[in-house]
Amino acid sequence: MSPNNHASKTSAPLLEVKDLHVEVNGKEILKGLSLTVRAGEVHAIMGPNGSGKSTLAHILAGRPGYTVTKGSVHYHGKDLLALEPEERARDGLFLAFQYPVEIAGVANTYFLREAMNAIRKHQGKEEMDAVDFLDLVKEKAALVGMDERFLTRGVNEGFSGGEKKRNEILQMAVLEPRLCVLDETDSGLDIDALRTVAEGVNKLRSPERAMVVVTHYQRLLDHIVPDFVHVLQGGRIVKSGDKRLALELEKSGYETVKA
Amino acid sequence: MANDVLQEMTRQGYKYGFSSDIAADRVPPGLNEDIVRLISSKKNEPQWLLDWRLAAFRKWLTMKEPTWAKVSYPAIDYQAITYYSAPKPKAAGPKSLDEVDPEIKKMYEKLGISLAEQGRLQGVAVDAVLDSASVATTFKGQLAEMGIIFCSFSEAVREHPELVKKHLGSVVPVADNFFATLNSAVFSDGSFCYIPKGVKCPLELSTYFRINAAGTGQFERTLIIAEEGSYVSYLEGCTAPMRDENQLHAAVVELVAMDDAEIKYSTVQNWYPGDKNGKGGIYNFVTKRGLCKGKRSKISWTQVETGSAITWKYPSCILQGDDSVGEFYSVALTNDYQQADTGTKMIHVGKRTSSTIVSKGISAGHGQNTYRGQVKILKSAEGARNYSQCDSLLMSDTCGAHTFPVIDVQNPTAVMEHEATTSKVSDDQIFYLRQRGMSQADAVSLIVNGFCKSVFRKLPMEFTVEAQNLLDLKLEGSVG
Ligand SMILES: Nc1ncnc2c1ncn2[C@@H]1O[C@H](COP(=O)(O)OP(=O)(O)OP(=O)(O)O)[C@@H](O)[C@H]1O
Ligand SMILES: [Mg+2]
Repeated sequence: MSPNNHASKTSAPLLEVKDLHVEVNGKEILKGLSLTVRAGEVHAIMGPNGSGKSTLAHILAGRPGYTVTKGSVHYHGKDLLALEPEERARDGLFLAFQYPVEIAGVANTYFLREAMNAIRKHQGKEEMDAVDFLDLVKEKAALVGMDERFLTRGVNEGFSGGEKKRNEILQMAVLEPRLCVLDETDSGLDIDALRTVAEGVNKLRSPERAMVVVTHYQRLLDHIVPDFVHVLQGGRIVKSGDKRLALELEKSGYETVKA
Repeated sequence: MANDVLQEMTRQGYKYGFSSDIAADRVPPGLNEDIVRLISSKKNEPQWLLDWRLAAFRKWLTMKEPTWAKVSYPAIDYQAITYYSAPKPKAAGPKSLDEVDPEIKKMYEKLGISLAEQGRLQGVAVDAVLDSASVATTFKGQLAEMGIIFCSFSEAVREHPELVKKHLGSVVPVADNFFATLNSAVFSDGSFCYIPKGVKCPLELSTYFRINAAGTGQFERTLIIAEEGSYVSYLEGCTAPMRDENQLHAAVVELVAMDDAEIKYSTVQNWYPGDKNGKGGIYNFVTKRGLCKGKRSKISWTQVETGSAITWKYPSCILQGDDSVGEFYSVALTNDYQQADTGTKMIHVGKRTSSTIVSKGISAGHGQNTYRGQVKILKSAEGARNYSQCDSLLMSDTCGAHTFPVIDVQNPTAVMEHEATTSKVSDDQIFYLRQRGMSQADAVSLIVNGFCKSVFRKLPMEFTVEAQNLLDLKLEGSVG
């Protein structure tokens, strides 16, 4: 393991998943997953289709429809599973969705300001007015290389796959979460977009912030260099390592890394 | 999951359900020629108007209540209804604003309508109709200087009989339909508005209707005339107290636009919808029609319909003048056991006439929401166009959305476009918004407002927020 200079092994974990078992419609998807993430760290999660990566992301964000049958999740010491999705979000947990939904007729900036103000209100801060917010959102749009005309369009309405992904990262940049969970943000992005989005993500790396990045491809990890790489297979983390593990996987696939 | 929560959320008390203790002057219940005469005499009407009412009444006796709408309700007993109830004036003589009964003033304050000229809705002239009589009209003086007449219907009959006589029934004929004919026989008051040639009315004109007395029907009549090159924007708001019995509301609105004139007519309808189990509520059977009589004239209907147990309403346009324009923008919300059958008719007569229809139906709970529209292009309407968009949003598994668009094209040069969608507020959308920090209620509100946006932005600015809040109020509830 080679934690980068942001990470520190001595800090208390920001996220601690212990022996997590999760069922969907009576079918067990996660079967004893454990994961510890500290502030400042970037963890990559890789694994074959259907292994449970999005399930993990959804469980962290509190999506309804999943049943936890065993295990625990703590987020800076709090029992995360006891919180409503919006409480988690207001407490700094952000999920960049694998499949972002469209919300017709609601302007992207309006939606983002509502989200931001919900979070600010929770933090006891004053709500931001439309003018100040527009300045902020324009600055962040530039950071993730997003054209300003997407700001006035409906949320993801008619956006291409890649544009939707970029919009997720714009939201992340605006909301400045503590724990970012990115579910296959790279899929659907062209090579240039991948680079700008990854640069945007890198600018958000900080000693206070942690990231869990779900991906299938090394090319994303070329840009967002992880401190840790985990292989999720059959509902559990079967192997962990540093960034070299991802390169190995790229070469020889998942068959050879089975624990 | 979302279904349960949505059902929870879409249940919500009626904020305007209070009744005021105001002495009322009312006629006995029931309907016959004597009642019609009594109403007319109480209002000191001229003979011609009494004759007009009586002709309507006799016609009405031969008519049958329509059954084609997709609404169901127990038979209405027309003999059990009180057809006239006016708040009793404390003192005789003409009413000025200062003389308005303090109880009435208080009630309007509760409704959020300030009758005082420095009131909340600054720049909005308000005519308030309580039960049957018109209570006060603000800003009258200022409007009069521009030649604009904005007053109660009764006053118009007294002061401007030639205008009333000329236009009354010219757009909605006496024998038009069962409810309009009933209204013609017993209408009690309403608003009258006349914009002279070339005048652009600088204020939003506004009428607030409220049914207060128990067991009464409300039958108001509105007539708006926009002379050549004039412009007016008019807003109508409606509330009624909570009562166990159903109350009948059968209004008629007639609009006339001459050459190059424009009338914008907006409605925020929030009559008492009945309780969660469908008990009580207003039966809202309304006939609204505009005549684009002049060349390049324009009439826009914008409505936000959130109240009433039953809504039966088709604000329509007759596009007679060449190049005239008709618009209909509608949001109709039905929750619990509400039923709405609403839409529009666009009758294209003149050349190059165009019409736009945007209908947004939201159904929640057990609500039933029907869009019924007719676009008729007559032979004479060379080069006519219509664009219709008809969207339904479902918020529960027990509600219903129905659309009955009828298109009748008799001129082959017509260009017609029609789009329709039905969607559900999805669990995924709600989760997405909650993941961004919004509460469940705010998430639903945002989605619904997005759905209604193209209609909301047609409302006068100061009422957009009001309409949004009203919708939120209707859809929010006790979120667990
Ligand atoms: N609602 C559901 N009902 C039944 N099975 C489900 C449900 N949701 C997910 N699953 C199953 O759970 C498994 C894990 O799904 P998940 O989306 O977490 O995989 P993933 O690792 O993200 O895959 P991918 O790489 O394709 O995105 C899959 O087999 C999937 O079919
Ligand atoms: Mg996935």
